[in-house]
Amino acid sequence: MSGLMQEMTDKALALNIPMGVQIDLTYRCNERCVHCYLDHDNHGEMTTAEIKHLLNELAEAGVFILTFSGGEIFVRKDFFEILEYARRLTFCIKLKTNAILIGEREAARLRDLHVESIQISIYSHRPEIHDGITLVRGSLQRSLDAIRFLKSQGLRVIIANVLMVQNMQDYPMVRALAAELGVECTLDPTITPMMDGNRSILSLGVEPSSLREVFRDQTLVGNVDEFCAVPAAADEGTLESMPCSAGHTSCYVSPYGDVYPCVQFPLPTGNVRKQRFIDIWRHSDRMQEVRSIRVKDLTTCTQCTHVSNCTRCPGLAFMEGNMRGPSTQDCEKSFAKTGVPSANMLAKGRAAPNLVQIRPLPDLATASAYT
Amino acid sequence: MSKLYVARNPRVAARCLEGEMMLMSGRDSTLFTLNKTATILWQSADGTTPLDEIVARRICPEFDVEPGIALQDAENLARALAGHDIMQVSEQPIPPSAWPTGVSR
Repeated sequence: MSGLMQEMTDKALALNIPMGVQIDLTYRCNERCVHCYLDHDNHGEMTTAEIKHLLNELAEAGVFILTFSGGEIFVRKDFFEILEYARRLTFCIKLKTNAILIGEREAARLRDLHVESIQISIYSHRPEIHDGITLVRGSLQRSLDAIRFLKSQGLRVIIANVLMVQNMQDYPMVRALAAELGVECTLDPTITPMMDGNRSILSLGVEPSSLREVFRDQTLVGNVDEFCAVPAAADEGTLESMPCSAGHTSCYVSPYGDVYPCVQFPLPTGNVRKQRFIDIWRHSDRMQEVRSIRVKDLTTCTQCTHVSNCTRCPGLAFMEGNMRGPSTQDCEKSFAKTGVPSANMLAKGRAAPNLVQIRPLPDLATASAYT
Repeated sequence: MSKLYVARNPRVAARCLEGEMMLMSGRDSTLFTLNKTATILWQSADGTTPLDEIVARRICPEFDVEPGIALQDAENLARALAGHDIMQVSEQPIPPSAWPTGVSR
Protein backbone atom coordinates (compact mmCIF):
# COMPACT_ATOMS: atom_id res chain seq x y z
CA MET A 1 0.00 0.00 0.00
CA SER A 2 1.35 3.43 -0.93
CA GLY A 3 2.08 5.94 1.82
CA LEU A 4 -0.80 8.15 0.77
CA MET A 5 -3.22 5.24 0.55
CA GLN A 6 -2.14 4.17 4.05
CA GLU A 7 -2.68 7.72 5.26
CA MET A 8 -6.19 7.84 3.80
CA THR A 9 -6.97 4.37 5.16
CA ASP A 10 -5.86 5.52 8.62
CA LYS A 11 -8.10 8.55 8.25
CA ALA A 12 -11.02 6.36 7.18
CA LEU A 13 -10.38 4.13 10.18
CA ALA A 14 -10.40 7.10 12.54
CA LEU A 15 -13.66 8.35 11.00
CA ASN A 16 -15.22 4.86 10.91
CA ILE A 17 -15.63 5.03 7.13
CA PRO A 18 -15.64 1.87 5.01
CA MET A 19 -12.90 2.66 2.52
CA GLY A 20 -13.46 -0.45 0.40
CA VAL A 21 -16.46 -2.68 -0.21
CA GLN A 22 -16.78 -5.83 -2.29
CA ILE A 23 -20.18 -6.63 -3.78
CA ASP A 24 -20.79 -10.04 -5.25
CA LEU A 25 -23.39 -9.23 -7.90
CA THR A 26 -24.32 -12.87 -8.36
CA TYR A 27 -23.26 -16.33 -7.27
CA ARG A 28 -24.24 -17.71 -10.67
CA CYS A 29 -21.29 -18.69 -12.80
CA ASN A 30 -20.45 -20.02 -16.25
CA GLU A 31 -17.55 -22.06 -14.87
CA ARG A 32 -17.63 -24.82 -12.26
CA CYS A 33 -14.24 -24.54 -10.61
CA VAL A 34 -13.46 -27.57 -8.51
CA HIS A 35 -12.32 -25.46 -5.54
CA CYS A 36 -15.19 -22.95 -5.56
CA TYR A 37 -16.94 -22.38 -2.23
CA LEU A 38 -20.16 -20.90 -3.64
CA ASP A 39 -23.70 -22.22 -4.12
CA HIS A 40 -24.35 -21.16 -7.72
CA ASP A 41 -28.16 -21.28 -7.58
CA ASN A 42 -29.97 -17.95 -7.55
CA HIS A 43 -31.78 -17.59 -4.23
CA GLY A 44 -33.08 -14.09 -4.96
CA GLU A 45 -30.35 -11.71 -6.11
CA MET A 46 -30.71 -7.98 -5.59
CA THR A 47 -32.44 -6.33 -8.54
CA THR A 48 -30.83 -3.59 -10.61
CA ALA A 49 -32.80 -0.98 -8.65
CA GLU A 50 -31.75 -2.47 -5.31
CA ILE A 51 -28.11 -2.46 -6.33
CA LYS A 52 -28.30 1.16 -7.52
CA HIS A 53 -29.89 2.12 -4.21
CA LEU A 54 -27.08 0.33 -2.38
CA LEU A 55 -24.47 2.14 -4.50
CA ASN A 56 -26.00 5.47 -3.52
CA GLU A 57 -25.75 4.45 0.13
CA LEU A 58 -22.15 3.32 -0.24
CA ALA A 59 -21.13 6.59 -1.91
CA GLU A 60 -22.85 8.51 0.86
CA ALA A 61 -21.03 6.39 3.46
CA GLY A 62 -17.69 7.41 1.91
CA VAL A 63 -16.75 4.17 0.16
CA PHE A 64 -13.96 4.84 -2.34
CA ILE A 65 -12.86 1.44 -3.67
CA LEU A 66 -15.66 -0.76 -4.95
CA THR A 67 -14.96 -4.31 -6.09
CA PHE A 68 -17.52 -6.15 -8.20
CA SER A 69 -17.14 -9.88 -8.02
CA GLY A 70 -19.20 -13.08 -8.05
CA GLY A 71 -19.94 -15.76 -9.23
CA GLU A 72 -19.34 -14.38 -12.68
CA ILE A 73 -20.28 -10.71 -12.93
CA PHE A 74 -20.79 -10.79 -16.70
CA VAL A 75 -23.63 -13.31 -16.49
CA ARG A 76 -25.78 -10.46 -15.13
CA LYS A 77 -27.52 -8.85 -18.10
CA ASP A 78 -27.53 -5.52 -16.25
CA PHE A 79 -23.81 -5.59 -15.43
CA PHE A 80 -22.84 -2.61 -17.60
CA GLU A 81 -25.83 -0.62 -16.37
CA ILE A 82 -24.66 -1.19 -12.79
CA LEU A 83 -21.06 -0.41 -13.67
CA GLU A 84 -21.98 2.82 -15.43
CA TYR A 85 -24.08 3.88 -12.48
CA ALA A 86 -21.20 3.15 -10.10
CA ARG A 87 -18.79 5.23 -12.18
CA ARG A 88 -21.20 8.14 -12.15
CA LEU A 89 -20.89 7.97 -8.39
CA THR A 90 -17.08 8.25 -8.91
CA PHE A 91 -16.11 4.98 -7.24
CA CYS A 92 -12.72 3.49 -7.99
CA ILE A 93 -13.86 0.22 -9.57
CA LYS A 94 -12.08 -3.11 -9.49
CA LEU A 95 -13.50 -6.21 -11.18
CA LYS A 96 -12.96 -9.91 -10.51
CA THR A 97 -13.99 -12.18 -13.35
CA ASN A 98 -13.09 -15.30 -15.33
CA ALA A 99 -13.39 -13.03 -18.39
CA ILE A 100 -14.72 -15.67 -20.75
CA LEU A 101 -17.61 -13.38 -21.73
CA ILE A 102 -15.31 -10.42 -22.46
CA GLY A 103 -14.88 -9.79 -26.17
CA GLU A 104 -13.51 -6.74 -27.97
CA ARG A 105 -16.77 -4.81 -27.51
CA GLU A 106 -16.91 -5.45 -23.77
CA ALA A 107 -13.24 -4.52 -23.37
CA ALA A 108 -13.86 -1.21 -25.14
CA ARG A 109 -16.81 -0.46 -22.84
CA LEU A 110 -14.72 -1.21 -19.76
CA ARG A 111 -12.14 1.25 -21.04
CA ASP A 112 -14.79 3.90 -21.60
CA LEU A 113 -16.04 3.39 -18.07
CA HIS A 114 -12.52 3.76 -16.62
CA VAL A 115 -12.33 0.60 -14.57
CA GLU A 116 -9.22 0.67 -12.38
CA SER A 117 -8.29 -3.01 -12.72
CA ILE A 118 -9.64 -6.37 -13.82
CA GLN A 119 -8.52 -9.47 -11.94
CA ILE A 120 -8.81 -12.67 -13.96
CA SER A 121 -8.38 -16.21 -12.66
CA ILE A 122 -5.84 -18.25 -14.59
CA TYR A 123 -4.92 -21.61 -13.07
CA SER A 124 -2.36 -22.88 -15.55
CA HIS A 125 -0.75 -22.17 -18.89
CA ARG A 126 -1.87 -25.66 -19.96
CA PRO A 127 -5.47 -25.96 -21.23
CA GLU A 128 -5.83 -29.48 -19.87
CA ILE A 129 -5.05 -28.24 -16.35
CA HIS A 130 -6.90 -24.87 -16.43
CA ASP A 131 -9.97 -26.29 -18.16
CA GLY A 132 -9.79 -29.32 -15.86
CA ILE A 133 -10.18 -26.95 -12.90
CA THR A 134 -12.90 -24.72 -14.42
CA LEU A 135 -14.63 -27.75 -15.97
CA VAL A 136 -15.28 -25.66 -19.10
CA ARG A 137 -13.53 -26.77 -22.26
CA GLY A 138 -11.80 -23.89 -24.04
CA SER A 139 -11.99 -21.59 -21.01
CA LEU A 140 -8.24 -20.92 -20.86
CA GLN A 141 -8.18 -19.77 -24.47
CA ARG A 142 -11.21 -17.53 -23.94
CA SER A 143 -9.75 -15.98 -20.77
CA LEU A 144 -6.42 -15.34 -22.50
CA ASP A 145 -8.17 -13.79 -25.52
CA ALA A 146 -10.02 -11.49 -23.12
CA ILE A 147 -6.77 -10.46 -21.43
CA ARG A 148 -5.38 -9.48 -24.82
CA PHE A 149 -8.52 -7.46 -25.64
CA LEU A 150 -8.33 -5.67 -22.30
CA LYS A 151 -4.62 -4.97 -22.64
CA SER A 152 -5.14 -3.59 -26.12
CA GLN A 153 -7.54 -1.07 -24.55
CA GLY A 154 -4.84 -0.01 -22.09
CA LEU A 155 -6.58 -1.53 -19.09
CA ARG A 156 -4.79 -2.85 -16.02
CA VAL A 157 -5.15 -6.64 -15.78
CA ILE A 158 -4.07 -8.85 -12.90
CA ILE A 159 -3.88 -12.62 -13.26
CA ALA A 160 -4.94 -14.37 -10.04
CA ASN A 161 -3.32 -17.78 -9.81
CA VAL A 162 -4.85 -19.90 -7.04
CA LEU A 163 -2.47 -22.68 -6.15
CA MET A 164 -3.84 -26.19 -5.67
CA VAL A 165 -2.50 -29.71 -5.93
CA GLN A 166 -3.56 -29.86 -9.60
CA ASN A 167 -1.70 -26.77 -10.78
CA MET A 168 1.00 -26.28 -8.18
CA GLN A 169 3.90 -26.98 -10.52
CA ASP A 170 2.62 -24.58 -13.19
CA TYR A 171 2.93 -21.26 -11.38
CA PRO A 172 6.34 -20.33 -12.89
CA MET A 173 4.85 -20.72 -16.37
CA VAL A 174 1.73 -18.75 -15.42
CA ARG A 175 4.01 -15.96 -14.23
CA ALA A 176 5.95 -16.19 -17.50
CA LEU A 177 2.67 -16.02 -19.40
CA ALA A 178 1.65 -12.93 -17.42
CA ALA A 179 4.98 -11.28 -18.24
CA GLU A 180 4.50 -12.11 -21.93
CA LEU A 181 1.01 -10.59 -21.84
CA GLY A 182 2.29 -7.55 -19.96
CA VAL A 183 0.01 -8.04 -16.96
CA GLU A 184 0.51 -8.49 -13.23
CA CYS A 185 0.26 -11.85 -11.50
CA THR A 186 -0.64 -12.80 -7.94
CA LEU A 187 -0.37 -16.22 -6.32
CA ASP A 188 -2.67 -17.41 -3.57
CA PRO A 189 -2.52 -20.81 -1.89
CA THR A 190 -5.70 -20.21 0.14
CA ILE A 191 -8.69 -22.49 -0.42
CA THR A 192 -11.86 -21.34 1.35
CA PRO A 193 -14.32 -23.83 2.88
CA MET A 194 -17.75 -24.11 1.23
CA MET A 195 -20.42 -21.62 2.31
CA ASP A 196 -22.36 -24.39 4.04
CA GLY A 197 -19.34 -25.18 6.20
CA ASN A 198 -18.24 -28.22 4.20
CA ARG A 199 -14.45 -28.33 4.41
CA SER A 200 -13.86 -31.17 1.94
CA ILE A 201 -12.47 -28.87 -0.77
CA LEU A 202 -9.60 -27.95 1.54
CA SER A 203 -8.05 -31.24 0.45
CA LEU A 204 -7.30 -29.48 -2.86
CA GLY A 205 -4.85 -27.20 -1.07
CA VAL A 206 -1.14 -27.54 -1.81
CA GLU A 207 0.90 -29.96 0.27
CA PRO A 208 2.99 -28.39 3.05
CA SER A 209 6.19 -29.51 1.32
CA SER A 210 5.13 -27.74 -1.89
CA LEU A 211 4.18 -24.63 0.03
CA ARG A 212 7.61 -24.70 1.62
CA GLU A 213 9.16 -24.68 -1.87
CA VAL A 214 7.00 -21.75 -2.96
CA PHE A 215 8.11 -19.72 0.05
CA ARG A 216 11.73 -20.42 -0.88
CA ASP A 217 11.37 -19.31 -4.48
CA GLN A 218 13.60 -16.25 -4.65
CA THR A 219 11.80 -14.95 -7.73
CA LEU A 220 8.65 -14.69 -5.62
CA VAL A 221 9.79 -13.64 -2.18
CA GLY A 222 13.07 -11.85 -2.78
CA ASN A 223 15.37 -12.44 0.15
CA VAL A 224 14.48 -15.98 1.23
CA ASP A 225 16.36 -15.81 4.56
CA GLU A 226 14.52 -12.66 5.47
CA PHE A 227 11.14 -13.90 4.24
CA CYS A 228 11.41 -17.23 6.02
CA ALA A 229 13.00 -15.93 9.22
CA VAL A 230 11.35 -16.70 12.55
CA PRO A 231 9.65 -13.43 13.50
CA ALA A 232 10.70 -11.30 16.44
CA ALA A 233 8.64 -11.51 19.60
CA ALA A 234 5.45 -9.43 19.54
CA ASP A 235 5.78 -5.98 21.05
CA GLU A 236 3.01 -3.98 22.65
CA GLY A 237 2.18 -2.28 19.35
CA THR A 238 1.53 -5.63 17.69
CA LEU A 239 -0.64 -6.84 20.55
CA GLU A 240 -2.74 -3.67 20.42
CA SER A 241 -3.12 -3.81 16.62
CA MET A 242 -6.13 -5.00 14.59
CA PRO A 243 -5.99 -8.51 13.16
CA CYS A 244 -6.99 -7.25 9.67
CA SER A 245 -9.08 -4.61 7.90
CA ALA A 246 -12.30 -6.69 7.83
CA GLY A 247 -15.05 -4.69 9.51
CA HIS A 248 -12.67 -1.81 10.19
CA THR A 249 -12.23 -0.17 6.79
CA SER A 250 -13.79 -2.76 4.54
CA CYS A 251 -16.69 -5.17 4.25
CA TYR A 252 -18.59 -7.40 1.84
CA VAL A 253 -22.15 -7.49 0.49
CA SER A 254 -23.60 -10.70 -0.95
CA PRO A 255 -25.94 -10.86 -3.99
CA TYR A 256 -28.81 -11.17 -1.49
CA GLY A 257 -27.93 -7.98 0.36
CA ASP A 258 -26.32 -9.60 3.39
CA VAL A 259 -23.44 -7.59 4.83
CA TYR A 260 -20.40 -9.41 6.22
CA PRO A 261 -17.07 -8.14 7.55
CA CYS A 262 -15.33 -9.75 4.54
CA VAL A 263 -16.02 -12.12 1.66
CA GLN A 264 -14.10 -14.73 3.64
CA PHE A 265 -15.80 -13.98 6.98
CA PRO A 266 -19.38 -15.35 6.84
CA LEU A 267 -20.71 -13.61 9.94
CA PRO A 268 -23.98 -11.92 8.91
CA THR A 269 -24.21 -8.41 10.33
CA GLY A 270 -27.37 -7.13 8.61
CA ASN A 271 -29.18 -6.91 5.27
CA VAL A 272 -29.37 -3.84 3.07
CA ARG A 273 -32.88 -4.81 1.95
CA LYS A 274 -34.06 -4.23 5.51
CA GLN A 275 -31.64 -1.65 6.90
CA ARG A 276 -29.58 1.25 5.67
CA PHE A 277 -26.01 0.20 4.92
CA ILE A 278 -24.56 2.88 7.17
CA ASP A 279 -26.65 1.68 10.12
CA ILE A 280 -25.34 -1.85 9.69
CA TRP A 281 -21.78 -0.55 9.34
CA ARG A 282 -21.95 1.67 12.38
CA HIS A 283 -24.32 -0.09 14.73
CA SER A 284 -24.44 -3.83 14.08
CA ASP A 285 -23.50 -5.64 17.30
CA ARG A 286 -21.63 -8.27 15.33
CA MET A 287 -19.70 -5.69 13.31
CA GLN A 288 -18.84 -3.94 16.56
CA GLU A 289 -17.65 -7.22 18.06
CA VAL A 290 -15.35 -7.91 15.10
CA ARG A 291 -14.11 -4.34 15.35
CA SER A 292 -13.35 -4.66 19.04
CA ILE A 293 -10.87 -7.52 18.65
CA ARG A 294 -7.19 -6.78 18.99
CA VAL A 295 -4.29 -9.20 18.56
CA LYS A 296 -3.91 -9.39 22.35
CA ASP A 297 -7.45 -10.86 22.52
CA LEU A 298 -6.65 -13.86 20.33
CA THR A 299 -6.75 -17.16 22.11
CA THR A 300 -3.78 -19.41 21.38
CA CYS A 301 -2.22 -16.94 18.90
CA THR A 302 -0.92 -14.60 21.60
CA GLN A 303 1.24 -17.51 22.82
CA CYS A 304 2.52 -18.22 19.31
CA THR A 305 5.98 -17.53 17.92
CA HIS A 306 4.43 -16.24 14.70
CA VAL A 307 1.98 -13.73 16.17
CA SER A 308 3.91 -10.65 15.02
CA ASN A 309 4.17 -11.77 11.41
CA CYS A 310 1.25 -14.10 10.81
CA THR A 311 -1.18 -13.89 7.88
CA ARG A 312 -3.96 -15.18 10.18
CA CYS A 313 -7.38 -14.68 8.58
CA PRO A 314 -10.10 -13.92 11.16
CA GLY A 315 -12.73 -15.20 8.71
CA LEU A 316 -11.05 -18.57 8.30
CA ALA A 317 -10.68 -18.69 12.10
CA PHE A 318 -14.41 -17.97 12.39
CA MET A 319 -15.15 -20.80 9.97
CA GLU A 320 -13.10 -23.06 12.25
CA GLY A 321 -15.41 -22.08 15.09
CA ASN A 322 -13.85 -19.07 16.84
CA MET A 323 -13.20 -15.60 15.40
CA ARG A 324 -10.64 -15.08 18.18
CA GLY A 325 -8.99 -18.42 17.50
CA PRO A 326 -6.27 -19.47 15.10
CA SER A 327 -6.71 -20.10 11.40
CA THR A 328 -5.07 -23.45 10.77
CA GLN A 329 -4.38 -22.70 7.09
CA ASP A 330 -2.34 -19.69 8.15
CA CYS A 331 -0.60 -21.71 10.86
CA GLU A 332 0.47 -24.07 8.10
CA LYS A 333 1.77 -21.18 6.04
CA SER A 334 3.83 -19.89 8.96
CA PHE A 335 5.17 -23.40 9.52
CA ALA A 336 6.04 -23.80 5.84
CA LYS A 337 7.88 -20.49 5.90
CA THR A 338 9.89 -20.92 9.07
CA GLY A 339 9.87 -24.61 9.98
CA VAL A 340 8.58 -23.63 13.41
CA PRO A 341 5.14 -25.05 14.28
CA SER A 342 2.50 -22.62 15.52
CA ALA A 343 1.09 -22.75 19.05
CA ASN A 344 -2.15 -24.06 17.51
CA MET A 345 -0.35 -26.89 15.71
CA LEU A 346 1.48 -27.87 18.87
CA ALA A 347 -1.74 -27.82 20.88
CA LYS A 348 -3.42 -30.05 18.31
CA GLY A 349 -0.35 -32.28 17.97
CA ARG A 350 -0.30 -31.46 14.24
CA ALA A 351 3.47 -31.02 14.14
CA ALA A 352 6.34 -32.16 16.26
CA PRO A 353 8.34 -29.40 17.88
CA ASN A 354 11.42 -28.61 15.92
CA LEU A 355 13.76 -29.79 18.68
CA VAL A 356 16.52 -32.37 18.89
CA GLN A 357 15.14 -35.12 21.07
CA ILE A 358 17.58 -36.49 23.65
CA ARG A 359 16.97 -40.11 24.39
CA PRO A 360 18.84 -42.52 26.66
CA LEU A 361 21.47 -44.60 24.93
CA PRO A 362 20.33 -48.13 24.18
CA ASP A 363 21.88 -50.74 26.44
CA LEU A 364 24.60 -52.82 24.93
CA ALA A 365 22.47 -55.90 24.48
CA THR A 366 19.94 -53.94 22.43
CA ALA A 367 22.64 -52.06 20.60
CA SER A 368 24.31 -55.28 19.52
CA ALA A 369 21.14 -56.28 17.81
CA TYR A 370 21.79 -53.49 15.33
CA THR A 371 25.37 -54.37 14.64
CA MET B 1 -8.22 38.78 -20.04
CA SER B 2 -9.97 35.65 -21.34
CA LYS B 3 -12.07 33.45 -19.11
CA LEU B 4 -10.82 30.08 -18.00
CA TYR B 5 -13.05 27.04 -17.58
CA VAL B 6 -12.25 23.96 -15.56
CA ALA B 7 -13.84 20.51 -15.55
CA ARG B 8 -13.28 17.36 -13.56
CA ASN B 9 -11.84 14.53 -15.64
CA PRO B 10 -14.49 11.79 -15.52
CA ARG B 11 -11.81 9.12 -15.67
CA VAL B 12 -10.89 10.02 -12.11
CA ALA B 13 -12.26 8.19 -9.07
CA ALA B 14 -13.06 10.56 -6.23
CA ARG B 15 -14.40 10.59 -2.71
CA CYS B 16 -14.46 13.29 -0.07
CA LEU B 17 -13.30 12.33 3.43
CA GLU B 18 -14.21 15.05 5.89
CA GLY B 19 -13.65 17.93 3.48
CA GLU B 20 -10.51 16.41 1.97
CA MET B 21 -10.89 15.01 -1.55
CA MET B 22 -9.20 11.74 -2.43
CA LEU B 23 -8.62 11.21 -6.14
CA MET B 24 -7.26 8.34 -8.17
CA SER B 25 -5.91 9.13 -11.60
CA GLY B 26 -7.53 7.20 -14.44
CA ARG B 27 -4.22 7.32 -16.30
CA ASP B 28 -1.97 5.43 -13.91
CA SER B 29 -3.92 4.87 -10.66
CA THR B 30 -1.82 7.44 -8.82
CA LEU B 31 -3.55 8.65 -5.67
CA PHE B 32 -3.87 12.34 -4.83
CA THR B 33 -5.47 14.23 -1.99
CA LEU B 34 -6.69 17.80 -2.16
CA ASN B 35 -6.85 20.24 0.73
CA LYS B 36 -10.10 22.01 1.56
CA THR B 37 -9.55 24.90 -0.89
CA ALA B 38 -8.57 22.61 -3.73
CA THR B 39 -11.53 20.37 -2.88
CA ILE B 40 -13.92 23.30 -3.36
CA LEU B 41 -12.32 24.02 -6.72
CA TRP B 42 -12.67 20.36 -7.73
CA GLN B 43 -16.30 20.19 -6.68
CA SER B 44 -17.12 23.42 -8.52
CA ALA B 45 -15.32 22.45 -11.74
CA ASP B 46 -18.41 21.80 -13.86
CA GLY B 47 -16.92 22.89 -17.20
CA THR B 48 -19.34 25.79 -17.60
CA THR B 49 -18.71 28.10 -14.62
CA PRO B 50 -15.69 30.37 -15.27
CA LEU B 51 -12.81 29.97 -12.85
CA ASP B 52 -12.99 33.60 -11.68
CA GLU B 53 -16.64 33.06 -10.76
CA ILE B 54 -15.79 29.90 -8.80
CA VAL B 55 -13.11 31.79 -6.91
CA ALA B 56 -15.35 34.78 -6.21
CA ARG B 57 -18.42 32.78 -5.19
CA ARG B 58 -17.00 29.69 -3.53
CA ILE B 59 -13.42 30.27 -2.41
CA CYS B 60 -13.12 33.92 -1.32
CA PRO B 61 -16.17 33.83 1.00
CA GLU B 62 -14.81 30.69 2.64
CA PHE B 63 -11.22 31.78 3.15
CA ASP B 64 -9.73 35.15 4.09
CA VAL B 65 -7.85 35.73 0.83
CA GLU B 66 -7.45 38.60 -1.62
CA PRO B 67 -9.42 37.77 -4.84
CA GLY B 68 -6.53 38.42 -7.26
CA ILE B 69 -4.18 36.16 -5.33
CA ALA B 70 -6.88 33.52 -4.93
CA LEU B 71 -7.57 33.49 -8.68
CA GLN B 72 -3.88 33.15 -9.52
CA ASP B 73 -3.50 30.31 -6.99
CA ALA B 74 -6.61 28.58 -8.36
CA GLU B 75 -5.35 28.84 -11.94
CA ASN B 76 -1.96 27.43 -10.94
CA LEU B 77 -3.65 24.58 -9.11
CA ALA B 78 -6.02 23.82 -12.01
CA ARG B 79 -3.11 23.71 -14.47
CA ALA B 80 -1.12 21.48 -12.12
CA LEU B 81 -4.07 19.08 -11.81
CA ALA B 82 -4.51 19.16 -15.58
CA GLY B 83 -0.86 18.11 -15.84
CA HIS B 84 -1.78 15.00 -13.90
CA ASP B 85 -4.81 14.37 -16.15
CA ILE B 86 -7.14 14.98 -13.23
CA MET B 87 -8.74 18.19 -14.45
CA GLN B 88 -9.37 19.77 -17.83
CA VAL B 89 -8.62 23.47 -18.39
CA SER B 90 -9.84 25.42 -21.38
CA GLU B 91 -10.50 28.98 -22.52
CA GLN B 92 -13.86 27.73 -23.80
CA PRO B 93 -16.64 26.10 -21.78
CA ILE B 94 -16.16 22.34 -21.69
CA PRO B 95 -19.46 20.83 -22.85
CA PRO B 96 -20.65 17.50 -21.48
CA SER B 97 -20.40 16.03 -24.98
CA ALA B 98 -16.63 16.50 -24.82
CA TRP B 99 -16.49 14.07 -21.91
CA PRO B 100 -15.57 10.45 -22.54
CA THR B 101 -18.49 8.18 -23.33
CA GLY B 102 -20.17 6.09 -20.70
CA VAL B 103 -20.03 8.53 -17.84
CA SER B 104 -22.01 11.64 -17.25
CA ARG B 105 -21.09 14.20 -14.62
